[in-house]
Amino acid sequence: MRSLWITLSSAVIAFLVSASVQAQVQIDITRGRVEPMPIAVANFPGNDEASVRVGRDLSSVISNDLERSGLFRPVDRDAFIQALPSLDVQPRFSDWRALSAQGLIQGEIETQENGQMRVAFRLWDVYGGQQMIGQAYVTQPENWRRVAHIIADAIYTQITGETGYFDTRVVYVAESGPGTGRIKRLAIMDQDGAGHRFLTDGSALVLTPRFSPTAQEITYLSYFRNTPRVYLFNIDTGRQELLGDFPGMTYAPRFSPDGNKVTFSMAADGNSEIYEMDLRTRRTLRLTNHPAIDTSASYAPDGRQLTFNSDRGGSQQIYVMNSDGSEARRISFSGGRYATPVWSPRGDLIAFTRISSGTFYIGVMQPDGKNERLLAQGFLVESPTWSPNGRVLMYFAQEARRADGSGGRTKLYSIDLTGYNQREIVTPQDGSDPAWSPLIP
Amino acid sequence: MMVRFTSAVAAVALLAACASDSKDDMGSDITAVSQPSPVAAPTGPAMNSAEYFNQVVGNDIYYGLDDYNLNAAAQATLRGQASWLGQNPSSSVVVEGHCDERGTREYNLGLGERRANAVKDYLVSLGVASSRVRTISYGKERPVCVASSDDCWSRNRRGVSVVQ
Repeated sequence: MRSLWITLSSAVIAFLVSASVQAQVQIDITRGRVEPMPIAVANFPGNDEASVRVGRDLSSVISNDLERSGLFRPVDRDAFIQALPSLDVQPRFSDWRALSAQGLIQGEIETQENGQMRVAFRLWDVYGGQQMIGQAYVTQPENWRRVAHIIADAIYTQITGETGYFDTRVVYVAESGPGTGRIKRLAIMDQDGAGHRFLTDGSALVLTPRFSPTAQEITYLSYFRNTPRVYLFNIDTGRQELLGDFPGMTYAPRFSPDGNKVTFSMAADGNSEIYEMDLRTRRTLRLTNHPAIDTSASYAPDGRQLTFNSDRGGSQQIYVMNSDGSEARRISFSGGRYATPVWSPRGDLIAFTRISSGTFYIGVMQPDGKNERLLAQGFLVESPTWSPNGRVLMYFAQEARRADGSGGRTKLYSIDLTGYNQREIVTPQDGSDPAWSPLIP
Repeated sequence: MMVRFTSAVAAVALLAACASDSKDDMGSDITAVSQPSPVAAPTGPAMNSAEYFNQVVGNDIYYGLDDYNLNAAAQATLRGQASWLGQNPSSSVVVEGHCDERGTREYNLGLGERRANAVKDYLVSLGVASSRVRTISYGKERPVCVASSDDCWSRNRRGVSVVQ
């Protein structure tokens, strides 16, 4: 992972030094429902058999990323009029305006003499008749999917003004087996479902994985040897490590934004309190001190506050406290029970699960509790996780199960912060407890 | 339920046998007319077995919604467990705390721990050494009843004492 980063970053070349063009092709993603922007994603031709094949797949990955964002509508390639000349020649914009395409993505791939692959692309403003962005990347051929996601992120950023989220991964719990004894395994995949693999073998029950800010490590709960404890999992090495040595159950772990700490709950004599462990010194600090259940802590992006779940007021509600545990105050007041608070990477919102009159909801509110909005609902929806740009939430939904044992499927979904563009994230087995990675470094 | 009913009948029969055996202490106006019929060999699990604990004493108790209080039925079962543990000093128990599916995963882990600990506290209050009672929370991960119905949910909100 790290070596790929070095390869990519050192090879990122400003492809064309084009004077900054006033962007005419723009989407304001804060506006609620927007009509998807028609965009033409041309095939990326190659210079040999391997690069031709990669080019076809790579342009599909870009197209799919943009389509799934709900902000773009890729134009059907069969309708294309112009067979694009080389990347060094301006397209005939009138041919693309005829398709109502506002943007045109053109690219090419070249297998170089040293076996490396060079991918170049341009985003054209079809109506403005100008290039909006152009870039080339050189990397090992097997990294082509990441290059596709990086290009899709560059386009998303150019047009929305926001950081993208396509070059990311999702870790989640893959579920199989009967309702009375679900087999649960950690699994990881690219944000678009590609590259799926299992990280654990299912012999121990595992729950609630969360990424470190480098996306290199996962912290999660495992019932290894029937002893529920928080573990760390290194994705590259596969190494699993027990976090600390505690007398009671540790659970609900989450990394701090700087990656130096993990917060978690520990239960002692039936009482759950929130703690924080410094991964460098292994010193543990207790943050709450209350006979209630205190759990599901999540840091603000600046690390100075945490939001958490507590029933200290008589029912499960959301609280915010300072990073030393002081000044805990309740922020959820709209009725029912509230759970699983997760601070947005932008800092402006807290996502949560709400249970009210027998229905589960996924929603967001400001850290001061104001402007609550419910985005999704169902028989059981739970466990929101943020895209790194704070514009999309992923969560899981569980169907009701019938008396004959049928039903009860669990699936992953994403939904825009606007409440639109709900999409299923297709997984090989049932899925729950998703966690969205930061942009891969 | 069926098993417990049977054991209650057996207990009555045993008392009857004791009463017959004590005829010698009775007044002379009572005449023994026959010997009691032969007593059948005891059937079912041995009293010191985990099966006996599970089937006769009762290994599970139930909680209300989002609650960890022990109702009268739960306390009666736990008194039986404490008594059994008193008679079987080499045994210990792991108390599992379970929840229904109508809560969120992490909170339910905390709630299951709280439920299991309520059982432990009660057993300890009845004289069981705390070192003989461990707790584990399974949250909503291990239901015994899988349908999404009130009936199943009430059966899943349970504490289970597992003899070690």
